[in-house]
Amino acid sequence: MLILDNLWIIPLLPLLGSATNGLFGAKWPNKIVNYVAVGSTGLSFACALEAVHEFFQLSPEKIPWVKPYFSWIVAGDFRAGFDLQVDQLTVVMLLVVTGVGWLIHIYSTGYMAHEGGYYRFFSYLNLFMFFMLILVLAANYSLLFVGWEGVGLCSYLLIGFYFLRKSASDAGKKAFIVNRIGDFGFMLGMFLLFRTFHTLDFVPMFKDAVSQQPDAMGQLGTITVACLLIFVGATGKSAQLPLYVWLPDAMEGPTPVSALIHAATMVTAGVYVVARSHVLFMRAPTAMLVVAIVGCATAIFAATIGLVQTDIKKVLAYSTVSQLGYMFLACGVGAFSAGIFHLMTHAFFKALLFLAAGSVIHAMGGEQDMQHMGGLSKKIRWTYITMLTATLAIAGFPPLAGFFSKDSILLSAFQSENGGHALYAVGLLTALLTSFYMFRLIFLTFFGKPRYDEHKVHVHESPKSMLVPLMILAVLSIVGGWLAAPAFLGSPDYFARFLEPVFAQGAGGEAGAAAAEAAAHALEIPLAIVAVLTAAIGLAVAWWLYLSKPQKPAEFAKSMKGAYTTLFNKYYVDELYAALVVKPLMWLSRSVLWQAVDVGVIDAAVNGVASGATDIGDGVRHAQSGNTRSYAVWVVIGALVIIAIIFWPYFRPVAVGMVR
Amino acid sequence: MVPTHYYLILSAILFGLGVVAFVFKRNIITIFMSIELMLNAVNLAFVAFSQALNKLDGQVFVLFVIVVAAAEAAVGLGIIILIARNRQSLNVERVDLLKL
Amino acid sequence: MNPPLLVFFVLAAMAVIGAINLILQRHPIHSALSLIVVMVALAGLYLLMGAEFVAAVQIIVYGGAIMVLFVFVIMLLNAGVEEHTNASKLAALAGVPLAVVLMGVLAATVAGSADRVQVLTPGSVAPTKALANLLFQDFVYPFELTSFLILVAILGAIVLAQREKA
Repeated sequence: MLILDNLWIIPLLPLLGSATNGLFGAKWPNKIVNYVAVGSTGLSFACALEAVHEFFQLSPEKIPWVKPYFSWIVAGDFRAGFDLQVDQLTVVMLLVVTGVGWLIHIYSTGYMAHEGGYYRFFSYLNLFMFFMLILVLAANYSLLFVGWEGVGLCSYLLIGFYFLRKSASDAGKKAFIVNRIGDFGFMLGMFLLFRTFHTLDFVPMFKDAVSQQPDAMGQLGTITVACLLIFVGATGKSAQLPLYVWLPDAMEGPTPVSALIHAATMVTAGVYVVARSHVLFMRAPTAMLVVAIVGCATAIFAATIGLVQTDIKKVLAYSTVSQLGYMFLACGVGAFSAGIFHLMTHAFFKALLFLAAGSVIHAMGGEQDMQHMGGLSKKIRWTYITMLTATLAIAGFPPLAGFFSKDSILLSAFQSENGGHALYAVGLLTALLTSFYMFRLIFLTFFGKPRYDEHKVHVHESPKSMLVPLMILAVLSIVGGWLAAPAFLGSPDYFARFLEPVFAQGAGGEAGAAAAEAAAHALEIPLAIVAVLTAAIGLAVAWWLYLSKPQKPAEFAKSMKGAYTTLFNKYYVDELYAALVVKPLMWLSRSVLWQAVDVGVIDAAVNGVASGATDIGDGVRHAQSGNTRSYAVWVVIGALVIIAIIFWPYFRPVAVGMVR
Repeated sequence: MVPTHYYLILSAILFGLGVVAFVFKRNIITIFMSIELMLNAVNLAFVAFSQALNKLDGQVFVLFVIVVAAAEAAVGLGIIILIARNRQSLNVERVDLLKL
Repeated sequence: MNPPLLVFFVLAAMAVIGAINLILQRHPIHSALSLIVVMVALAGLYLLMGAEFVAAVQIIVYGGAIMVLFVFVIMLLNAGVEEHTNASKLAALAGVPLAVVLMGVLAATVAGSADRVQVLTPGSVAPTKALANLLFQDFVYPFELTSFLILVAILGAIVLAQREKA
């Protein structure tokens, strides 16, 4: 059990890479930086594979495999340890993070080849890998939170990578601050959990939770409140309503950053936490319903905004927010393994979409506005093919990955109590919109007449270092779904079966599960057909609007001007936040905390002490007059005081009698 | 018999008068003499207590006070002579070189 | 009113009048003579209390040596009538109240503890022999120190009063 006993190696390798590049990389040529960065991540991936291999050889009672390393905090009866844990859920997350991370590292060597601060980029990227691995390997909430905060930090560093550009540094700050708001909720949730269970370690806490009475629907019991608070944290990290505003701005960072952090890994941390805490969530039906509703609402909200965006990366950003909504919807209706499955397939095709978009941007010499693209399909063939694959996957066409994952989410939503039909309807509508705007993106970018100056821009295909990861991810987007092909196609659902030991703990009774299975089988085929039809409708509408009648979108925009402007300006949410939250806070900081408190109280106190000392000195100096007779008087006064003090007990009766 | 506290009150009065002279007179020599007056008042108190407690320690202390007063007078008057030579005046208010 | 008390009041009045006169006189030689009167009165009071040796020392040393020294210096320096300068406002303002408060504190102390101090043996005579024994046995160390002190004072006075080398 070489790696399983030394799990710390998996996060440590990227950390070493980050430190090496950060400290020494400034003077190194790109090649050395590449070796260190890509090498450390690749080694980490290899160790992860080995760990998984060893994991499969473990006997079932050893799972979850927990390895305590050292006590990080010991205070009273609270112990937070650097403990790493591996169970089936960890295996999935580990492979996704290290695998996709490694591919993106390779891609970045090509994409960032001509950028300044090359070593800094890879240092931050490796640091991000370290924190993300800590997050997924943690065996208790406190260590998870370390990783949680750390990926937030790296997100800030990487979004603001081009820090000389004000919009980039502002976007970095926005991401970090909005994240912190979510983190506040997360911390409160942790405190509440500690107070209830007296431990933050997963294994003991969940064992304890199973024996507790679940909260009823509508009851705000301790577990419900804790779950809602943790979900607030997940909202911030995974960009759901209302804390999603940082993700579109995060597109200021380089494209590989968008791919890794804001598609495949960091934003999925929220989903991971909810899935990890499923034992608690399943005992808090109110929290589950909130998760489902928020996820569903976010999905459609973001999809509507993505319909009219013109920046290629912004469309993908809103698409990410929307797809994350799907994952939360799945968790909210109890289909945790479906949510994690969608997480995995989404990592593949969304990373691919971002990387391909980066390839397009690279080919166009930095242009990101789709209105200035067009007709690129012949010129950058490989980019076009891989991006089309990813679009088919995200739209949900079988047999690509997205079809299976989205389908199982919609099925579970349909079957859930508490308004499952409404959730299904909204989810289906979102799928339609997703298909539409993704194909709109494809048609605008790759088809039609070139809407740019062909003399100024020399469109060229990307180097191999960028294309090979694209192709690997395209293959994964195609075959990745086959792990969980539903039963009606004849294959057992390997994925759900794999994750079953994790998610079955604490679930309902056996009978309920069996009945649900039977109902599921009956609905699967009709729902699958509906889903494919929806995707096809979206494709058709996009074809009609952008290929056969290219003037139609402008006409629609003019006729529905109000709706169009609202959508284009993202429902003015940023402006709303600025007015409601940012402005009052800035006023508070400036007028109250700065002028009133810092200048008026603290500075005044310090200066007041100084001027007071001067004034006292000014007053006391009159005693030193140089006049002998006044000195004599002072002597007498001093002597009098001493005499009075010494003789006080003796003339006290007289003094008291005189006063009376 | 004379009660002891009569002597003590007399001692207090003499001491107070000595303080008044110390504060109000301007001639250095007179100020010095007021110090001697204060010492005498204290001597009176010592002897009164010595008689009251029937111990001779008070009187021994009086002897020491007298000796010290003599030494102090000798040296102090030497200093006064020097001051008189330097400032050409015996007015204590003329000794004000420390004044700003 | 027994005779000792009468004698006490006479001598006390003499001492107080002498002290007041010291304050009121303008020429220092008159103040010096008043001080001699005070000392003689005090010597009388010592005798009344039975401290004969102390009374004798008071007359001989204090009256006969120290005050003579004062008179010599006054005459040597040709001290004149006191000038009427007033450079210290503080002394003018706080002088009298201070003295009054001081006397009040002391008087109150005495009055407050009047019942605790009693006369043990009326008018006992202090034998000089006993005093000498005490001085040379229990207090021999301070005694030797005072002789040293006198030596130092003599030296100091000589050094201070030398005429400047021409």
